[in-house]
Amino acid sequence: MKILTTNYLTCALRTCKSHPNSFPLHFRDAELQQDSSPFNASFIANILPRLDWSALLTTATELGFTNLPLEKPTVVDERVGMALHRILIETQVVEGKLVCRNCGHEYAIHQGIANFLLPGHLGISPLLLVWGGALAEIYV
Amino acid sequence: MEIVNPEEYEASHVHRVYENIAPHFSATRFKPWPIVERFLCDLPIGAVGLDVGCGNGKYLMVNPNVFIVGSDRSPSLIGIAHGREIQDSIVADALDLPHPDSRFDFAISIAVIHHFSSLERRRHALKSILATLKAPNNNTNGGRALIYVWALEQKNSRRGWDEGDRQDVFVPWVMSKQFSSAKAEGSHQNPQKLTYLRYYHLYRKGELETDIARAGGKLLESGYEKDNWWAICSPAR
Repeated sequence: MKILTTNYLTCALRTCKSHPNSFPLHFRDAELQQDSSPFNASFIANILPRLDWSALLTTATELGFTNLPLEKPTVVDERVGMALHRILIETQVVEGKLVCRNCGHEYAIHQGIANFLLPGHLGISPLLLVWGGALAEIYV
Repeated sequence: MEIVNPEEYEASHVHRVYENIAPHFSATRFKPWPIVERFLCDLPIGAVGLDVGCGNGKYLMVNPNVFIVGSDRSPSLIGIAHGREIQDSIVADALDLPHPDSRFDFAISIAVIHHFSSLERRRHALKSILATLKAPNNNTNGGRALIYVWALEQKNSRRGWDEGDRQDVFVPWVMSKQFSSAKAEGSHQNPQKLTYLRYYHLYRKGELETDIARAGGKLLESGYEKDNWWAICSPAR
């Protein structure tokens, strides 16, 4: 999964979406892979105004990238353009989790694919989850 | 048709089928439909959008100058889409899309909404897609979505349905031998080949436009192409 994608991801739970804590999602145990792909200067220049810069800074810091300016640049020079290309397009998260800070739900990333299906989508009733959670507490 | 539990119904008659037929289905889906291709190629460079129900990801590579996050309910199809190393793809449900509201320039959802088994869920899916699009204001038109659904009126097709026929149908998918060995669960077996039945709601003329309006969308363009109704819409808000 690309870092650019994480700038466009929030919690899948409807009740979380309106809450500011659900964006951006936060990485846990992220395993990164650096790919190389051709630099497309006008693509990056056009992506820039669309980015949520503060969310990107949060994500980049969590993953150890510290070379982005604190304020969103108004013009993309080559240095900023390349840095953005490297982070947004060439960095892949191959394993790990994305966590919602509002509800604590963890979305798994496996082999580069994030899975946003909720327990309800998988035919597990919420009641069973609560019951399972209670059991887990008893036996911890 | 009244379905008691649409979620379970779709799990058996849509999701499980696609999981089972994914490699064979994908092998038959490679040519982009012309109106979808035109919609994607007309987008400005750096536009960001969604492909809701992207299947094997065939539309993710049409225009390399835009960024598309493809999503599908079927992990097997996303596995195929992801293997192509283009754009990005995630496993998600169209009714619970993990995307912030009002951020996207465009969305496409091609041959997906007709798999929802109630009117409420079909409109809910359209509403979820519309919610992700940029809202229109005085200076811009807002984000645009292209939606494709299968038409009831297709009397010249192989299926031959037409006006007045049932709209909620099962459509068989006959697995070719070469793909049959993989998974057999949930199928109707005969000695020769496996047949899977997929649920569809076939759209009547005008129905897609009505659903879009009721989901809070503004219709920009619509039409009929090769047994399908299509529409381009944006959020009305």
